[in-house]
Amino acid sequence: MSGAHRMLPPFQEFLEANRATVYRFLTVAVGPTEADDVFQEAFLAALRAFPRVEEPDKLDRWILSIASRKAIDHHRRSARRPIPTDDPPERPVDDPAPADPGDPLWEAVRSLPPRQRVAVVHRHVLDRPYAEIAELMECSEETARANVSHGTKRLRELMS
Amino acid sequence: MNAKELKRLAPAAKSEARARGATGSLAARAAGEGLVDVAVATMDSPVGELFVAVTSKGLVTVAYETESREEVWQRLVRQVSPRVLEAAAPTDDARRELEEYFRAGRRRFDLGIDDRLMSAFARSVLRATSSVGFGELATYGEIAARIDRPKAARAVGRALGSNPIPIVIPCHRIVGVSGSLTGYAGGLARKQTLLRLEGSLT
Repeated sequence: MSGAHRMLPPFQEFLEANRATVYRFLTVAVGPTEADDVFQEAFLAALRAFPRVEEPDKLDRWILSIASRKAIDHHRRSARRPIPTDDPPERPVDDPAPADPGDPLWEAVRSLPPRQRVAVVHRHVLDRPYAEIAELMECSEETARANVSHGTKRLRELMS
Repeated sequence: MNAKELKRLAPAAKSEARARGATGSLAARAAGEGLVDVAVATMDSPVGELFVAVTSKGLVTVAYETESREEVWQRLVRQVSPRVLEAAAPTDDARRELEEYFRAGRRRFDLGIDDRLMSAFARSVLRATSSVGFGELATYGEIAARIDRPKAARAVGRALGSNPIPIVIPCHRIVGVSGSLTGYAGGLARKQTLLRLEGSLT
């Protein structure tokens, strides 16, 4: 390990410093019942790649970019899941209910396309600047702005 | 609708609590997939809280509360791997054997040892030290003689002071020629407690 760049912290410390933000992001980005699974996938992917991290001073952004990718993958996977032709099974009893199942905002958020939903959460839940959202989502700043603005517009329409 | 209302879907305090809740199963999964290079845990003991770290090769460190946790963690990152995670299962054997040593008369440890935190010289000193059994004592000079460095008693003392795996590698059994306890990295009180437990000191 070269002494020139800052040393990595122990993974445990990195996890503790970032887990609340990542969980908050995922709660809204994939929903409260799915957040746990995607949270674990994101941190397992981070743990796999951890020794090769090149910018130890940007770990907070690094984990959010992994979580963004995992959230979008998660939605794409669920979209590909075959739709059962006969009666859908009943919801399992132990399926934890969303934080506030009566909140119509959830329905509105669920109707957003994955990238818009992720961009909106970065902007309005985590208050991230557009330049950073672009970096997290590996797109241009214009695309990040467009995703946030389309998503926000749709939420306003659904909630009005 | 104000977009900031989205925040109410995931209150910050609740996220912290749920994230903490998800951490335990994350650690178990990570260990199961072989992604934890250093598993760490703490335990209570008659010599205070012990910090225990285990790798795939074995026990790599046991640290007393007197040592700065930050330094211990950083040493593991530098000399073993940054993939250090609190994980219970991989440290079970080490904690169980220590528990048995303190409370159930265990006289020797059957744990694998990872010697990556030792210098080459310390490695030979600590290997010689490991052959001093429960209830026995040896002097610094005797250890120096055993590693064919009869004049190196002082260096032996320093190497013992740097022992990354106290208790399991019994540097507390090494004393001065007159039988004086001389020194101990964890403090003389801990050395006395261990030697009393082993019946070497009344």
